[in-house]
Amino acid sequence: MESGFLLPDLDDDDAAPFWQGTARGELLVQTCAACSRRRLPPRPMCPHCRSLRHEWKRLSGRGTIWSFVVAHPPLLPVYQQLAPYNVITVALDDDPQLRLVGNLVARPDGPINEIDPAMIRIGEPVRVVFQQVEDVHLPRWMRV
Amino acid sequence: MTTTIKDRTAIVGIGQTKFGKGLEDSELSLACQAISMAIDDAGLEPSDVDGLAMFSMENGREVEVARNVGLGDITYFGEIGYGGGAGCGTVGHAAMAVATRQCEVAVAWRARKRSAKGSRPWANVNQRLGGATQWSRPFGLLRPVDEIAMLARRYMHEFGATRDHLANVALAFRTHANRNPNATMYEKPLTRAGYMKARWISEPLCLFDNCLETDGALAVVIVSAERAKDLRQPPAYIHSFAQSIPRQHQVMTNYFCDDPLLGPSYACARLLWQHSDFTPADVRVAQLYDAFSPLIPLSLEGYGFCKRGEGAAFTDNGALEWPHGRLPTNTAGGGMSEAYVHGFNLVLEGVRQIRGTSTSQVEGAQCCLVTSGEGVPTSALLLRR
Repeated sequence: MESGFLLPDLDDDDAAPFWQGTARGELLVQTCAACSRRRLPPRPMCPHCRSLRHEWKRLSGRGTIWSFVVAHPPLLPVYQQLAPYNVITVALDDDPQLRLVGNLVARPDGPINEIDPAMIRIGEPVRVVFQQVEDVHLPRWMRV
Repeated sequence: MTTTIKDRTAIVGIGQTKFGKGLEDSELSLACQAISMAIDDAGLEPSDVDGLAMFSMENGREVEVARNVGLGDITYFGEIGYGGGAGCGTVGHAAMAVATRQCEVAVAWRARKRSAKGSRPWANVNQRLGGATQWSRPFGLLRPVDEIAMLARRYMHEFGATRDHLANVALAFRTHANRNPNATMYEKPLTRAGYMKARWISEPLCLFDNCLETDGALAVVIVSAERAKDLRQPPAYIHSFAQSIPRQHQVMTNYFCDDPLLGPSYACARLLWQHSDFTPADVRVAQLYDAFSPLIPLSLEGYGFCKRGEGAAFTDNGALEWPHGRLPTNTAGGGMSEAYVHGFNLVLEGVRQIRGTSTSQVEGAQCCLVTSGEGVPTSALLLRR
């Protein structure tokens, strides 16, 4: 069923294993099989050693809020119904140079507009949860 | 022998349509009108034009423009991508083509209607996301303003910038627009109180931190320095030109590199000043790309007007305001208060400052910096008398 949310193509050349991981409740990061450096977003070639070989390694799923916005209208319809809502960028504990965009939620299945935006702070520790929208499992974040 | 394009070409013609919302003419028609006016302004004939440089986002194509305006045989044509980052790039590519004699008379332009199909690529909801956008849009980071607001919040956190600094930017550009009869906001003053109570768009950014939405077109004509001497307008020499895609850059959502607040302007500025006889201290007027107010402190830092983290404080004490500020900026009103045509209006205002015809003319300015989009693969020009 069409939810109205903008969602990733699960067959994406580079990112498909990431979304397969979220469907299993795992947060994965592409890791170079030659030099072991992690890279995000995923891509075919390692910018450090140019190896094409990579593997997907599981992350702890913990991080801190690096920045955030609170979106207000005008927005696409399904997002407009939720506004104002937060969008956060999380620096991952496993490697703070790796960052992921997501939302701060109050409950594992809570909506993205439940937390008072005035109470969100850069540096807050968070942990990942996964929420299903259509056939996609999106990583979102709860306060630790 | 090392040869750069320094002072070897000049902008000798400028043209622009009226600015508005919901203009009837098509983007192709607007492009042709602006180009036609720029050719007339230079005192040249359409058949003299043999070079074209445009935005890859342009809806009217080179062949259509050439057929409509009656241009001659085109021997150079090229496109620059990445939206607002392309403006100075099209002019610079035209200048390189003229300097290397791939063509003699080049035109660069931008025509845009915000209501036109394809004008808002972020609003396409019909298909699943691939590539970079899948890491931000599913979570509701939809619009360019959301993408820049994420960087702005981090910038404010790291460097102590406040909404008062962003208001300094919005108010300075508005006062310049209030002196420019062609500006969208000519008759609409803005106060600090008005800024502070404006509605949010994407916190920490409010309505007045955003550029306008404008229909319109602008064009410039570029010829060699030798030919410029024989034409009717005072030449605006292209003294230096640079582009940059900084290492590990991601367009707009540049959150994934080591230092996301080190924007494209740093790498662009390095080459721009390397090829220049001027330094930032010599620059007394600038046209800085302003799709959103936080891009101004980032650009002030990137182009070397202050140290890293000092861009917000730089805007205090009216530093960006004509006539007494340290660096009067966006003297026609910029994207936030004159018109938002992907920053191409900044190029024309740079030319007017060199000619001495700005409505907020900085007396005695020997050069003018013009920049294109910060936050995307970018470009910059240093124009001189």
